[in-house]
Parts: sequence; C-alpha cells; structure tokens
Amino acid sequence: MGKVLVVTSGKGGVGKTTSTAALGVALAQAGQTVVVVDFDVGLRNLDLVMGAERRVVFDLVNVVQGVAKLPQALIRDKRIEKLWLLPASQTRDKDALTEQGVANVIRDLRAKFDWVICDSPAGIERGATLAMRFADTAVIVTNPEVSSVRDSDRIIGLLDSKTEKAEKGQRVDKHILITRYDAARAARGEMLNIDDVLEILAIPLLGIIPESEEILRASNLGSPVTIGNPASAPARAYVAAACRLRGEEVPMIVPSERKGLLDKLFGRRAA
Amino acid sequence: MAFVLTPEQPVAEWLTQLDKWIRSSPGFFVGRPVVLNLAGVTLSESAVAHVVAELAERGVRVMGIEGVEPSKYGPALPPVLTGGRPADEDKGAAPAAAANEAPPSRQEPSSLVLQEPIRSGQSVIFPYGDVTVLGSVSSGAELVAGGSIHIYGALRGRAMAGSKSNPRARIFCRKNEAELLAIDGYYRTAEDMHADLRGRPVQVWLENASLVIAAME
Repeated sequence: MGKVLVVTSGKGGVGKTTSTAALGVALAQAGQTVVVVDFDVGLRNLDLVMGAERRVVFDLVNVVQGVAKLPQALIRDKRIEKLWLLPASQTRDKDALTEQGVANVIRDLRAKFDWVICDSPAGIERGATLAMRFADTAVIVTNPEVSSVRDSDRIIGLLDSKTEKAEKGQRVDKHILITRYDAARAARGEMLNIDDVLEILAIPLLGIIPESEEILRASNLGSPVTIGNPASAPARAYVAAACRLRGEEVPMIVPSERKGLLDKLFGRRAA
Repeated sequence: MAFVLTPEQPVAEWLTQLDKWIRSSPGFFVGRPVVLNLAGVTLSESAVAHVVAELAERGVRVMGIEGVEPSKYGPALPPVLTGGRPADEDKGAAPAAAANEAPPSRQEPSSLVLQEPIRSGQSVIFPYGDVTVLGSVSSGAELVAGGSIHIYGALRGRAMAGSKSNPRARIFCRKNEAELLAIDGYYRTAEDMHADLRGRPVQVWLENASLVIAAME
C-alpha cells in the first residue's frame, strides 16, 4: 500500500510544482515507484516541469469522470522508469473534480505505487482541500518571508481539520520544506532566517532548498533539477529531503553564502 | 415558550377578567403563542370555538389545547397537545400569571485548555470561562473567551477576553506580538502598543475603562 504525500503551501509561486517533480525524481531514483499527480486543474504546470507536455492525452478529470481509465491517463517518464505522471486538465476547472471521484483515483494509485505525490494548487479552496483530503503525509513548501509563512500556517490548520485523517482523529505527518533560501539576504535581515520560520510554524524541517538559477533552467528544459543537474546545490538538497521522507537521518545543511574553494576555482559548470 | 390560559366557567366572566388584565398589560400577548387549558371547564366544541374566536379578537393566538382527550374536538379547532409539560393548574380567579418558562440555567464557570498551537485563520470562541493555550497563537488567529486568556507561547493574533461583560478578565502571554488585545470590548491594536511591550511576557487588564498592558518579570 502506497503513501499519499501532498505538496502544498497556501501561497502561490513558492515552489510546490518544482518540489513535487524534484522529490518525485529523487524517490524514483532511490528505487521507489512514484506517481506525481497534478491537482491544479485549469492551470496545469507539472506536465511542463516534467517535460511531458507533448504526450498528454487523458488527464485527472477524464479519469474522475469515467471518460478514461487510469492506465490510459498515466504517462511514464522517459528517463526514469519508476516515475509516472497523472496530468491535470487544462480546459476544465476545479469544479470538475468530485470528492468521490478523487477518492477512487487515489485508492487505485495507492494500490499500484509506493508514493502518490499530489501537487496542490495554491489557495485554500476546493482544489487545495481536495489535493490534501486523502493525504498521509504533507510537505508544506515555504519561502522564508512573512506572507508565505502566514499562508503556510493557515494550510497547516487546514491539514489538521479538513483531511480524512483529521476527521478520523488521526494526524497527517507534516514537514516544512524551505525553498528559495538566500543566505546573504537572511544575513542582511531581508528574509526570515530558518529559526524564525520554524518557531512560527512549529513543524519539523524536511529540508532547505537554496535559491538558484538552476531551478528556472530546469523548468524551461522540462527536466527536474534532480535529473538535469544532480550536482547542483538545490538538487542535492532535494535528494537529502527525499531521504528524510523515507525515514533516513541525513544531517541538515544550511546553504551558506560563501562559495566553496572548488566552486571558486572551477566556476559554475553548465548542465 | 407558550403561555397557558386556563378559562373557568362562567366563560363570559373569565373573559371580562382577561380584558381587565389586557388593559393593564397591553401588548402582553403580542406574538406570544398561547395554550388553552380546558381541564377546569366542560365545553362543547362550538363553545370552545367561541372562546378561541373571542380570544383572537383580543389579539390572543391560541396555538393548542390541553387538558382534554385528544379525540374530543375536530380539526377546526387548534390541536390538542399531547406529551407536553403539564400546565400549572392555577384555580385562582386571574389567569395564571407565571409564564411556563424554565428559569435561565446558571452557567458553571469552566475552562478550556488547548494543547496545540492556534493556527492562522482558526477562531476559538469559549464564552464560559478561561482559555489556556499550550503553544502559540498565530497571526490571523483569534481567541474569544468569557474569562481570562493564558498563552504559554507567543501571541501573534487577536486575544479578546471578558467577552461576556467581564471587566475583571485578564490576558497573559509569554511573548507579546499581538495584533489586537481586548477586554470586555475595550481594545487596542498593535499600532497603539508601546514598542517596549512587544516581544516580552505581558499581562493585560482593564482599569477604569482603559486597557493596561504591563511587562511581566
């Protein structure tokens, strides 16, 4: 029986889709069977970030409405055989999803995969609450700045009340993933530092992903950073986060502002 | 709550007394549902209909009848109520003055202890007494208590104590970063709080209709 993981945040643009793709790849590379599911109906992005946008035939809404069967909609990644994608519809919107339909899809996916990673849309309405509804675990993506932290806090409150697990009196395991961390700006006081974020949110830290140009490059290439540039700092941070999701203890590295000696000598390598 | 009228024979006299009462307490029956207790009289169906009509003319709306066999009267009359509380059988001349209302129950003071932080967007409303939070209250969250509020953590949201006219309620927190503090309706926002009271343990109380915030230890 697989685990259902929701990647959510409340705030938009903090790195949910990027993190869903990067974590999905890292888990699949470690030997797990993984499906990443795009819940952002109408504004789909996961297919772009995964580089599968030219292969989409059927989507989550088609499956929920019974127009297509699940195997017809699932797209296998060309680079990693244990990684699959269930894209969202671009022409419909979130009202096309029904709770029962989503429950059926999640149940079927759970039976086939070790990890079902649900990429949540931003916000707190139907799309976001449906994405989290059947989750066992949650990764709350947060930028170290005040509006993102407050929105993440709101989402944490919803994870404790609007999920099936919460309604049964159980808990969804929650983790914070800090993204776009810029050590120099934190030092100057322009961004919150890690301790401030954790003090406010009071949830265990899964990982710290540094701000990096590699991320944008990866999205444009349709190649999640953990495939495209595995030696880069963000890729290594995502791999460490994936290990922690599986219960491994990996020492947390806080990205620093100073470049290491090797980086200085050889400069940044192109992918 | 329905009011019970217990007519007595001769009905005409009883109606005259009712008129006297209505004159001295006009508007008493306005909007008030009335139950007619016919246990003390023996009236035919048409006589009851007459009484109901007479009462209607006086602005008294009879919603039901009690004190008789349910099958006694036909559907043209107000229904016979069964299973209700027995009316006060007041055989006195005046209609029963005591309304059949239960006295308002006294709320025993109680307290609420919350062991989780209060997240943004959550609203805790507890008018019955004190609220204690073992954790922080996030920005965008609110706590409304009838009694005092005790926060063993940072207060970053709103805390409103003494919500049921209790000016002696207080607010305590380990780290004051509150957006708004209020006691018994008197409030102060973050803007009007001294900078040296922010980020510290504070106690808040009401003195002469004015909120006092003081640092603790």
